[in-house]
Amino acid sequence: MQAIDLLEILPELILLLVICFILLVTPFMKENETNDEDVFFTPKAAGFAYQISILTLLILAIMFAMRVSDMPLRIMNGLYIIDPFSNVLKCISAIAVMVTLIYSKQYLIDRQLFRTDYIALVLLALLGQFVMISGANMLTLYLGLELLALSTYTLTAMRPNYPRGIEAGMKYFILGALSSGFLLYGMSMIYGATGSLDLEDIMRNISNDGVMRLVMAFGLVFLLAGLAFKLGAAPFHMWVPDVYHGAPTSVTLLIGGAPKIAAFAITFRLLVGGLQPLDMEWQPILIFLAITSLVLGNLTAIAQTNIKRMLAYSTISHMGFMLLGFLCVYDELAYSAAFFYAVTYVLSTLGTFGILMILSKKGFECETLDDLKGLNRRSPLLAFIMLLLMFSLAGIPPTVGFIAKLSILDALVDAGYLGLAIFAVMASLVGAFYYLRVVKTMYFEEPTDNSSIDGQGFAKGILTINGIFILLAGIFPAFLTALCLSAMRMSLQS
Amino acid sequence: MILSLAIWMPIVFGLFILGSGSDTNKGYVRWMALFAATLSFAITLPLVVDFDIANAGMQYVENVSWVKRFDLNYHLGVDGISVWFVVLTAFITVIVVLAAWEVIQDRVAQYMAAFLILSGLMIGVFCALDGLLFYVFFEATLIPMYIIIGVWGGKNKIYAAFKFFLYTLLGSLLTLIAILYLYNVTDTFNILDWHQAQLSFTEQVLIFFAFFMAFAVKVPMWPVHTWLPDAHVEAPTGGSIVLAAIMLKLGAYGFLRFSLPIAPDASQYLGPFIIVLSLIAVIYVGLVALVQKDMKKLVAYSSIAHMGFVTLGFFIFNQMGIEGGIIQMISHGFISGAMFFSIGVLYDRMHTRQIADYGGVVNTMPRFTVFAVLFAMANCGLPATSGFIGEFMVILGAIDYDFTIGLLAATALILGAAYSLWMTKRVFFGEVTNDHVAQLKDINSREYFILGTLAILTIGMGVYPKPFTDIIHPAAVELLKHVAVTKI
Repeated sequence: MQAIDLLEILPELILLLVICFILLVTPFMKENETNDEDVFFTPKAAGFAYQISILTLLILAIMFAMRVSDMPLRIMNGLYIIDPFSNVLKCISAIAVMVTLIYSKQYLIDRQLFRTDYIALVLLALLGQFVMISGANMLTLYLGLELLALSTYTLTAMRPNYPRGIEAGMKYFILGALSSGFLLYGMSMIYGATGSLDLEDIMRNISNDGVMRLVMAFGLVFLLAGLAFKLGAAPFHMWVPDVYHGAPTSVTLLIGGAPKIAAFAITFRLLVGGLQPLDMEWQPILIFLAITSLVLGNLTAIAQTNIKRMLAYSTISHMGFMLLGFLCVYDELAYSAAFFYAVTYVLSTLGTFGILMILSKKGFECETLDDLKGLNRRSPLLAFIMLLLMFSLAGIPPTVGFIAKLSILDALVDAGYLGLAIFAVMASLVGAFYYLRVVKTMYFEEPTDNSSIDGQGFAKGILTINGIFILLAGIFPAFLTALCLSAMRMSLQS
Repeated sequence: MILSLAIWMPIVFGLFILGSGSDTNKGYVRWMALFAATLSFAITLPLVVDFDIANAGMQYVENVSWVKRFDLNYHLGVDGISVWFVVLTAFITVIVVLAAWEVIQDRVAQYMAAFLILSGLMIGVFCALDGLLFYVFFEATLIPMYIIIGVWGGKNKIYAAFKFFLYTLLGSLLTLIAILYLYNVTDTFNILDWHQAQLSFTEQVLIFFAFFMAFAVKVPMWPVHTWLPDAHVEAPTGGSIVLAAIMLKLGAYGFLRFSLPIAPDASQYLGPFIIVLSLIAVIYVGLVALVQKDMKKLVAYSSIAHMGFVTLGFFIFNQMGIEGGIIQMISHGFISGAMFFSIGVLYDRMHTRQIADYGGVVNTMPRFTVFAVLFAMANCGLPATSGFIGEFMVILGAIDYDFTIGLLAATALILGAAYSLWMTKRVFFGEVTNDHVAQLKDINSREYFILGTLAILTIGMGVYPKPFTDIIHPAAVELLKHVAVTKI
């Protein structure tokens, strides 16, 4: 490894150092002697770790933002790739995790989760995402994935005296391990057929036609099953609602927010960066995954009264929609549409769960639809932001969700999948129903709980910016679409 | 710049009121809303005054790049067909703000903001010359209307709000696909370029139906009209006024801007089909209106019947028909707005809309009755009211096209007279039937002002329609010329 490589991965190194620092230093910051059993649970230390993390994430986001137009570069003997695509995604991931932490601070304090090890795990998960986003080799990708997954399994089950969280954590862990097995099995078959783990080599070897198609096809199916599981696409979605529901809301946001960007990246790297020559094989599977996700996600979401479960099913349908963008062979417009879709989806999800956390109080979880009753009376601002977020998720103009759906549909029509495009819009019509129901609950019904929603000024401020962004990015989407397109173009050219 | 101002001024004011107003400063909110609505009306007036009648093309054009990624442009402009609707929208918003003055006491700021934002969005629909921009405005109007029906509506408001939203969304989603398809064929979102695009007959038919889905639901045409009575009955007075006066016109306008010029061959081919649907709307829905017990429902059905005249006029492809249709759209804006406001006046006092609960209102509200009878007459197309001009022109055009169709359309006038006058008779005339009616107070000066303004416009347009026809004429001629040329 050369010194220059270390400079290229400076942001990742900083993150790693901060994690080590938090884990090593904060246990010694005790306030008094009574609390020495649990070295990670001292409010002062946690507050310190929180501030350091926010600062670090902000710096990381700025560092990545400054690198968005750097030339693509493969370092560490081709294991790790730094290109505009990865820099944009990492920048957004860092921001997403930072915003997640800000939204969840009070929530965590109320639930005795505001601990230094919690924060360290969140940052570790982010590091895993960075590795996933930049992986150019199947092993790197897998390592990143596991780092992310193991951190989130722990986070899910971390809340003390909360059996539902432990159940969700177990479920997540077992099914996650199974899917990792699928993924590894698929990878090993592909390795067997092509003789390489490097995505570029794999692509070259497949194109040279010296590979066993049958083994490749098997490998591909296992790989896709593993991927679909990680994305939460039907029919590999069973864990999503249970984990979303069972995990503390702050962790739900950690699972449902930033990692979707990494999941998009890994799908892109594997399918487009490595297995592109096999597109005739993986496209039908992808169509199947997308259609089942859209149908199942949207229809099941209607039946939910728990808003976290509803959002879980809505995630499934959104992942299906995003997968549609991969159907258009080697079309940078289509891929950048999927890219844009993933980014806007994460931004909308952040705000939605953020509101749920702000509405939760000590000893009260805001998680059913009824808990949102009459929100417009209690806090017009939060209700209006939630309204924007819901319409964005439903894809109604002028919110950014519409532009995202439009990009995907445009790509589909362009590639001649007219029927699929019509199917997708009909599915989003079904989706509109349950998002509208949230708006209905907030606006048309009277509150049962009239207590005002105080405090958390900083989180509310960020939330307001989040909501305004959803609206403004819908009215002026030029910057974001151009950014996605240029990043995608530069990555594809390399 | 005028068009941009007309669109964004009410929206910005709406957002400002949303942010600064609450139920503790209602007075401020009302005056602010009135100021915004009046200002936006004043902004749109020069559009008509300075309109160049000799020019059949687009005027006041603005065109700047919006999203490079899709070649989207912020492209605005009005021609003789659309310019009146911009003014009408701004005008109706003033009426709506005034109509809500004392009636709306709950969440006033949000109410006013919703209507101001809605007004800007609807003006945007009439001005947009970029297909996607049109779609964005067209869809975005659903959000404030959904809120308006759901928050300030009647008993069954939630059902009505959902039905309204999902029904209209269903229609417009296919339109989105058609818009994307056109973009792929022509590489542009410019509507005027789409007018010139060569399309095969099959393509035209499919595109026609995709657009038809959205516009027919919005107009609404029989048999996709069922959302309208529900929405009207449950919506607050202001909501009903905007729905009837402007929102229905969005659909009819869409036919003129998209369906006819983009798919002329398909339009000609499918014309008889639309004509049959329109005649069913005019006659069958007219009969349905006759038996309604709820005043708002009756006027809602009568709106559907009147919009049947509009679509009938468009699809007989002659100048009388198209111009008559547009005149009918404008006139229906005044008349239906006035009728829904009148019902609102009664409802505010009696809290019932059942015809049977009224009777002999003339004895306690003589001044109000004068207006109500006038608008009922206008609704059935009495000469010297604006209702007459549009329907008469459409019937003339229909006779020119085919005598039977003209005859059938003319019978609808009788039906219109029957349901309007019968309702008037049962509500206003006769003996005072109950104590509630006996205690009614006549209209106050605010209501007097609103009804008076609408009455002047209705009669003015009926007696002297030349300013309207002068502006509409060149654009209608141009449209007809365009539709006559085959694209295959």
